[in-house]
Amino acid sequence: MAAHIMDIPGALAQNSNCIPSQLPSQTFDVVSVFEIPQSPKPNTQIDKLVFTQLGELGITPANLCSDAVFIRRVYIDLTGKLPSAADVQAFLEDKNPAKRSVLIEKLLATDEFAEFQAMKWSDLLRIKAEYPVNLWPNAAQAYYKWVLNSIKQNKPYDKFVRELLTSSGSNFRVPPVNFYRAVQNRTPRGLAAAVALTFMGTRLDKWPEEKISAMAVFFSQVAYKSTGEWKEEIVYWNKPVTNQILNCTLPDGSTVIIPPDRDPREVFADWLISPTNQWFARNIVNRIWAWLIGRGIVHEPDDIRPDNPPVNPPLLAYLEHELVQSNYDLKHIYRLILNSHVYHLSCIPHDLSPAARENFASYPIRRLDAEVLIDAINQITGTSEKYISPIPEPFTESPENFRAVALPDASITSSFLELFGRPPRDTGLESERNNRITPAQRLHLINSTHINKKIETSYIIRQLSQPNVPLPQAIKILYLNILSRYPTEPELNIAITHLSHLPDKRQGLTDICWALINSAEFLYRH
Amino acid sequence: MSAVNKYRLKQSTATRLGYQKAYGEPISRRTMIKRTLFAALWVTVGRLACVLHPTAVPMAHSSPLSTPKAKSVIQLWLWGGPSHLDTFDPKPEAGHDYCGPFTHPIETNVPGIRICELLVELAKQADKYSIIRSMTHGINAHETATYLMLTGRPPGGRVVYPCVGAVVSLFKGYDAGYQGLLPPYIVITEPLGRFSESGFLGPRYKPFATGGDPSKTPFTVEGVVLPNVPEQRQISRRQLLSKLDTLSAALGNNDLLADYRSAEKEAYDMILGTGAKAFDLSEEPPALRDRYGRTTFGQACLVARRLVERGVSYVTINYKGWDTHKNHFQAMRKLLPEMDKGMATLLQDLADRGLIETTIVWWGGEFGRTPRILWEAPWNGGRNHYGKVFSVVVAGGGFKGGRVVGASDSRGEEVKERPVYPIDLIATIYELLGIDGNAPLPNPYGLDLRVLPKPEENVKSAGKLVELL
Repeated sequence: MAAHIMDIPGALAQNSNCIPSQLPSQTFDVVSVFEIPQSPKPNTQIDKLVFTQLGELGITPANLCSDAVFIRRVYIDLTGKLPSAADVQAFLEDKNPAKRSVLIEKLLATDEFAEFQAMKWSDLLRIKAEYPVNLWPNAAQAYYKWVLNSIKQNKPYDKFVRELLTSSGSNFRVPPVNFYRAVQNRTPRGLAAAVALTFMGTRLDKWPEEKISAMAVFFSQVAYKSTGEWKEEIVYWNKPVTNQILNCTLPDGSTVIIPPDRDPREVFADWLISPTNQWFARNIVNRIWAWLIGRGIVHEPDDIRPDNPPVNPPLLAYLEHELVQSNYDLKHIYRLILNSHVYHLSCIPHDLSPAARENFASYPIRRLDAEVLIDAINQITGTSEKYISPIPEPFTESPENFRAVALPDASITSSFLELFGRPPRDTGLESERNNRITPAQRLHLINSTHINKKIETSYIIRQLSQPNVPLPQAIKILYLNILSRYPTEPELNIAITHLSHLPDKRQGLTDICWALINSAEFLYRH
Repeated sequence: MSAVNKYRLKQSTATRLGYQKAYGEPISRRTMIKRTLFAALWVTVGRLACVLHPTAVPMAHSSPLSTPKAKSVIQLWLWGGPSHLDTFDPKPEAGHDYCGPFTHPIETNVPGIRICELLVELAKQADKYSIIRSMTHGINAHETATYLMLTGRPPGGRVVYPCVGAVVSLFKGYDAGYQGLLPPYIVITEPLGRFSESGFLGPRYKPFATGGDPSKTPFTVEGVVLPNVPEQRQISRRQLLSKLDTLSAALGNNDLLADYRSAEKEAYDMILGTGAKAFDLSEEPPALRDRYGRTTFGQACLVARRLVERGVSYVTINYKGWDTHKNHFQAMRKLLPEMDKGMATLLQDLADRGLIETTIVWWGGEFGRTPRILWEAPWNGGRNHYGKVFSVVVAGGGFKGGRVVGASDSRGEEVKERPVYPIDLIATIYELLGIDGNAPLPNPYGLDLRVLPKPEENVKSAGKLVELL
């Protein structure tokens, strides 16, 4: 977590002269930075399903990405952070043909992976202290920690969801009860809408009225009461006093009779997580696909409905099947996708048609998430941000070097995170996260004192400006730290030429660092 | 072939391969993206809200006035709460425990209107402004009083309303076709804080905060003016970036990075073009700058004038230092003269340039201060928060000048006549701007929320300030 950027290869800090022999100086051309001259092969079942369909559509997929692109991509996609310069160097030098799979396994086991997934889940579960969702700070923290620990333990997904849907107790002591508190509308319909969106990937308001009211019945006995403790709230099953039997209809049309001693939430949860339930596995595998590949098999990933069919039905069915077979092990799904050649495609498309994009013919470039972006800048520059929660109670302040990715509560924010489209966690929709780049964002990155001060005062610039560091080495180290690769020969020449026109080495290196941070290659997942 | 030439060749190869062709969808999407430097955050969410909630009404821009009188607002926000007795509602007859050292209010250029003796310049401008001496809401805590003054809504509700500036930004800014390079809603220099910004409208409608200090040279506006990076270095950096933008080169000239490229161009229009000029006070005659006062507040007033001149809809000057619990009168002797110079020169300058007819100037804070002075330690002549009655001043943009609305009692402790509630002032400002009070406010909850409260919300009101229209 510490933002020490100076994972400088070799022993630069002591003796920079030993560096040149360690650094290769091949000449690259501009495309070969990003890909290898090799087409993907249908190595895995996913590849067969995707490439078969591409073949039928007459679409040529992109080439495979380079190792440098891969290490950066998989770090960002799985952990939300950049690889260190040393990680990059070691990976590029590694001759093991299975090194990409080895790296995937390594990253899936990290705490950073759990933190990054917890951030996504916290978006979907709307974890924030107040407005319009009012969890309050203590409960938001407790809820976040429960989510994070569940992911760290790789809790089977069906168990995770069942706990969220059936728990009762205090918002402080039984964190998953906050699922029923993190909604703007606590009516049975509001709760049903949250359940449908989160775990079925579907928008309740697009359902026929009778199905909506039928589903709402399952949440009609959820109740809330406050306690003597400030901001504590109990979520519980308000058991009916009469011996009335509930006749309910499940979303698939089947009917159930719920006796008065049975919590309807449990009946619903057991139906939902049943292996035969088409909604349950589909929602989550489609989301994971969208998180990694940039677009759902059903798109938008939380808008599954009969008139929005999957672009590749056998692919979706295969992933659903794998999830059930693995006992709802989400990491299994990650592994399948990450090891497929589809995930290893370059971002440079061979086909620019919409159909190519919809069928995953290349890795789509996407601006970095707000949290990932500020963390990356901090990592490179060795600086950090202060995050505070001004809402009582408890008031919280982040420790030094805290990752924005690990912020537990959307009410703890910064103007940077807001500017770069961090979701406010109001609705739980995937589209709340806005990664479209705007002029105001570019202005901030190019010209704010916030970013420029980080660069100017960074440890890496101070170190590399020392007179004993040869210019080519300094530039290579900047590239490794910022873009996770070596510079090409032309890039090196451009950088050296820029420096040669300046009286001050430090200013020149600052400019280069600034330019790399402002390049599309840095700002976009690619 | 040199290495650099080889690099260039590869770029043109990429172009030859046809990457410049459109990549599907972005064309239609791009047509939606307006020239919006500071817009853009919540577009998707806003659209979805309407889809998700059939009750949500798409944004309407209906206007109750055929031609609105006002185009812009300059809000002089005296954070902390200025004393009404020591500014625009002097009570020399109330005695030493109320008026302290300020016993000789001065006549203004409008017969019968007297103001604090330190406001000598403003006394010459009284025909341009009107004083509301019966503003009231009864809240004595900063954040909640600020929220009420700036949203018109009582604090504590489940929904957090947007402040006036955000609402003006919604109806006069990018969504209403504003094309300016400068953001439509700007605060000099720091934002007002958590309960007084864009509320449920979201960060898209937050003000752009300049940061920096306009009395310093240069005025380092965050993102716009970067100290130590002069124009020549800006240009050479931009060239360096374009040469090192390798992914951009590899992807070729297609639409995949269209947003990235257009965003960069606009950012540089701001940095190297006309945008940054708006904040460059060296373009103003030194004598005029002196008249405004070479203080942060005085120069902020000058910046505000330059901004409304360029079409900015809403400028807030967040003027701190008015929370004077202790040593109140020492603070007033410093603050009142600088406020006097800045505000009076602003009014005269706006009038000289023909801008006063279309620019509302709103002076005030979140409340007044206790009329009875606390002479004892630890206050040593202090005044605390007072929301029961206080003063607000309005000018321009269709507000009549030279009037006094309402009155406080002989000691400035109670409303004596014509109470004015925050919503009454806000509703009048909206009317002058041509903002329909009944227009829906887009929100992510699918609720039917309006610019002005509906009758069933029971927000205290005594009616618009018709006497000033």
